[in-house]
Amino acid sequence: MELVEKELLTTIQNPMLPLTFQVRSRRQETKDTFTLEIEPVESGVEFKFLPGQFNMVYVFGVGEVPISISSDPNRWNRIAHTIRMVGVVTKAMGKLKKGDLLGIRGPFGSSWPIDRCSECDIVIVAGGIGLAPLRPAIYHILSNREKYNRVVLLYGARTPDDILYKNEIEKWRSRFDFEVYVTVDRGTTGWKGNVGVVTTLIPRAPFNPENTVAFVCGPEIMMRFTSLELLKRGVKEHNIFLSMERNMKCGIGLCGHCQFGPAFICKDGPVFSYSQIKDLIFKREI
Amino acid sequence: MEFETLEKLLREHPFFRDLKEEYLSLIVGCARNVFYKPGEFIFREGEQANEFYIIRDGKISLEVSAPGKKPIVIQTLESGEVLGWSWITPPYYWHFDARAIEPTKAIALDGRCLRNKCEEDHSLGYELLKRFITIVEQRLQATRIQLLDLYGAG
Amino acid sequence: MEKVKFYYLAPEELNKIFDYFKARGYKIAGPTVRDNAIVYDEIKSVNDLPLGWTDEQSPGSYRLKRRDDKALFGYVVGPHSWKKFLFPPILTLWEAKRENGKFKICESGYDGEKFVFVGVRACEISAILIQDKIFGGGQYAEPNYLKRRENVFIIAVNCNDPGNNCFCLSTGTGPKVLTGYDLVLTEVISEGKHYLIVEPGTEVGAEVLMSLDFREATPDEIEEAKKISGEAINKFKKEVDLDGVVEMLQSNYENPLWEKISEKCLTCANCTMVCPTCFCNTVEDVTDLTGQSAKRIRKWDSCFTLEFSYIHGGSLRYSTMSRYRQWMIHKLSTWKNQFGMLGCVGCGRCITWCPVGIDIVENVKLFRSDVLKFKT
Repeated sequence: MELVEKELLTTIQNPMLPLTFQVRSRRQETKDTFTLEIEPVESGVEFKFLPGQFNMVYVFGVGEVPISISSDPNRWNRIAHTIRMVGVVTKAMGKLKKGDLLGIRGPFGSSWPIDRCSECDIVIVAGGIGLAPLRPAIYHILSNREKYNRVVLLYGARTPDDILYKNEIEKWRSRFDFEVYVTVDRGTTGWKGNVGVVTTLIPRAPFNPENTVAFVCGPEIMMRFTSLELLKRGVKEHNIFLSMERNMKCGIGLCGHCQFGPAFICKDGPVFSYSQIKDLIFKREI
Repeated sequence: MEFETLEKLLREHPFFRDLKEEYLSLIVGCARNVFYKPGEFIFREGEQANEFYIIRDGKISLEVSAPGKKPIVIQTLESGEVLGWSWITPPYYWHFDARAIEPTKAIALDGRCLRNKCEEDHSLGYELLKRFITIVEQRLQATRIQLLDLYGAG
Repeated sequence: MEKVKFYYLAPEELNKIFDYFKARGYKIAGPTVRDNAIVYDEIKSVNDLPLGWTDEQSPGSYRLKRRDDKALFGYVVGPHSWKKFLFPPILTLWEAKRENGKFKICESGYDGEKFVFVGVRACEISAILIQDKIFGGGQYAEPNYLKRRENVFIIAVNCNDPGNNCFCLSTGTGPKVLTGYDLVLTEVISEGKHYLIVEPGTEVGAEVLMSLDFREATPDEIEEAKKISGEAINKFKKEVDLDGVVEMLQSNYENPLWEKISEKCLTCANCTMVCPTCFCNTVEDVTDLTGQSAKRIRKWDSCFTLEFSYIHGGSLRYSTMSRYRQWMIHKLSTWKNQFGMLGCVGCGRCITWCPVGIDIVENVKLFRSDVLKFKT
């Protein structure tokens, strides 16, 4: 599979105008999280994206929020967003049904460097809803499996009920060429899997740190601890990638909201290497 | 013959990685092979802590029970990890229940035997303590992260 | 372009230029006195300019005063900047309507207005060029801005008397107008004479002057104008060494000085509103009561508000210190990484219009002496 060149990604003439998409399906993932599969209403629209990019998603008359794309980058025009209901807009999204309309601006931002190396180990570390922006990278890696050496997913959720994409994870786990480890912060009755925070999986995960590229996504504290743990194992700073979150309003570097030191998270990020941001990520209120 | 096998198993376990041969042969004298069936308790809260366990294979959960509730799992431990440090600190009581949740092979090390050897040879004692403090540090960090409830609703 | 010609204009002859553009559908925007300040607004003729007024500025203070002449441009800068025309404070970006269960989104934003800007200072031209870079020079362009910008004719003016808070000499953005203008004026008042020397900067500018039959300036008049505007660089009261400031600030995020210099800050956002380069904005999505139509309105925003850095869970920059630090480091440091130049043009507005008189120039000096102190 060939990924599109980033320059060709701008599907819209005016990046400030949303395109209309409609909901194809809605799936409840956990108590507060759901996945919408959407497609463009207008024919002739070709929506391509890279793993790790996001859209600005608009609910008519309610508002617009940045949401990462969680579908297969190989399937254009069939876009999925996994959304947690936390604010006014995401709660309104939670009420959408098949056939309802959404405004989409995007795709925006940088992507996971999936072609950074050949024959290297890939370690994907996800915390909570941080698995959503990593899923397109997983799809890409699995459909180009021969290009990589070991592929490992370390996924931490709050409780067993908060685990996203349960059926899919089971499928991934059954593959012989994909090492999947899931852990929860708090076990519940009947949970037979790991209990402990996701960082505890790192020391014992099977990968060769010398030749590993790591993709990390989750709450910022989790990403900091994970980076330190990966460094402790010997993964190189420039091979650790994190997906940052800030207040993104315009998505195109024109509104100033998502500044992180010299970077605009929306267009220079959200994916950064650890070496790019290590001087800022441990400072407060940047 | 059995000693040889145990020595090999200990040498291959991450906890004893790069340990001096002389220490290894001292420690092996305190070691024995153990096996637990799923559901079997390895130790219980309040019991004397006279051993610790090098997990070779399987999975163990550390649990605490409270009245009127199902037991709460604090942490799970797997192959390559170590169970138990209460044998080092007086008065040597376990603080949690440890239960095998999968068929588990481990090597049990006799705490009293090791404590005596460490008293006699402080270099051995320091070597072992360094290895345990790393584990204690990891568990403390993990506990702190757990307390932050990172994926909570905020 | 042929050799640049200089023309002589009597002050009221500016009206000829205004009329030329009015006949071609332009609005004339220029300085005028309102509410005890010199603001930028639509003007009809030379008589609307602040004839015989000047402004006296100091940190946290702005006062209009009478001059003892009839100067048209005898002040420096007021609370407004030209960004309000190119990047309007409130703008509807698009409107959407529900039709047969679908919704249709229509672009709005630019209504075709064309402007002549009159009396644009060197620092303000720099500010416009900076915003050109922000809204038109990157991966994504802002179409509303670009359309407005294409339809502007700039009549600049050289600063003869920098104000108390002016420091464009230090930022390298003034006082003489060097680029980015269609016409540039130098106002000469001496020994009973009062005239303007006009020089074109573009083909369009040259054509306008040619078609209006102004008389060419004499070598003496040109010389006199050059002498007067040339003296401006000796009149600065505020100067600061900005060499190395980009690196200095970015390596001092955690310097305790930030607490000290932001101590008085009220986070009122005045500095960002008056700043000619500040571009931060937000959008509001609104809907009518029936829920049938909706629109997105863009508004100026400020990094001094708590909402500015809000992410799910709370505001990232919860302290006043961090918000002041964000603003100052952005202006004088990270702006350079983002756009290749500093975000400050030395106009002094943020110093004048700060209600508690926080002075960015003094703060740079404090940092400099603090950092030097630790180096030695």
